[in-house]
Amino acid sequence: MSAGYVTELAIAGMAVATYLTRVSGLYLMRFMKVEGRTKAALDAVPPAILMAVIAPVAFATGPAETAAAVVTAIAALRLPLIVAVIIGVASVVALRHLFGS
Amino acid sequence: MAFEWSEFRRGVIDILPVVTAAVPIGLLFGTLAAAKGIAPTEAVLMSASVFAGAAQFVAVDLWTNPAPVLLLTLTVFIVNIRHVLMGVSFARHMGRFPPAVRPLAMFFLVDENWAFAERRALAGPLPPAYWWGMGIAMWIQWVFGTALGAFLGRSLGNPAAFGFDFAFTATFICILVGFCRTWRTGAVLASSGSAAALAKLTVPGAWYIAIGGLAGVAVAYLLAGEAGAREAEAEL
Repeated sequence: MSAGYVTELAIAGMAVATYLTRVSGLYLMRFMKVEGRTKAALDAVPPAILMAVIAPVAFATGPAETAAAVVTAIAALRLPLIVAVIIGVASVVALRHLFGS
Repeated sequence: MAFEWSEFRRGVIDILPVVTAAVPIGLLFGTLAAAKGIAPTEAVLMSASVFAGAAQFVAVDLWTNPAPVLLLTLTVFIVNIRHVLMGVSFARHMGRFPPAVRPLAMFFLVDENWAFAERRALAGPLPPAYWWGMGIAMWIQWVFGTALGAFLGRSLGNPAAFGFDFAFTATFICILVGFCRTWRTGAVLASSGSAAALAKLTVPGAWYIAIGGLAGVAVAYLLAGEAGAREAEAEL
């Protein structure tokens, strides 16, 4: 009976922790002047975070993933997003097969 | 102002490929949770309230019975610390959101929704309905995918076999390409990418996203200062 209660408590803790990380930006903004260097830093958040999210897969997983990441980036320069994603997924399947990983 | 259903629809359509790719991930999550002895209703409750894929996978991996409440809460907080940076950036695009709904809108701050919203904000003010469309579509997918996986409770195989795991990386790469406009972005990408990859290999846990993100932001801050100083010199 107590195990169920502990599980719910853990879920509540996880939910509150996650929501705090999400909502805090809204309130931190009130103490920031968005100009000059601060603006440049904030403008860099999307590319910096997106790069950090993909870096382990793109650069530190294996040759198939690295090659597929390059293929996806080249495809994305010319093609609509969904087409480039399909090409990326197809190429990773083919390349993993090729590299035997 | 009337609700912009056309923007809501556009949000759903834009996020649909991501939603589709995430279905097997939700199923897998539900299956793994069931394997760890988490009841289906609890797994669904977790997906509905936490709504953070990476953090939930890490949490289930750490799960023991009874649940280590403090360890789970802290770990999930660390995995999600990137949201703070994302939220500060995203808050700048909330001009058209009524202040009262802004805290609710932040609940839907998921990597994929956020990336699409930032891309949209490059072209003009972000329509709130576009955000709600993406957020609700992603939430429904995640909750129902978890429910299916948890209740069916059977192994669905490895999503890597079909390349589904790479769909997220590929989506982020495509969005990232749209942000590459100046040489400074190149410097930001080089520093955040190398810092994140290095951190992934050397620092245990899920710190690599925060470390990489901060490295990139720091470089942008420093470069902007240098350029500003040069401009000031030129003016003299």
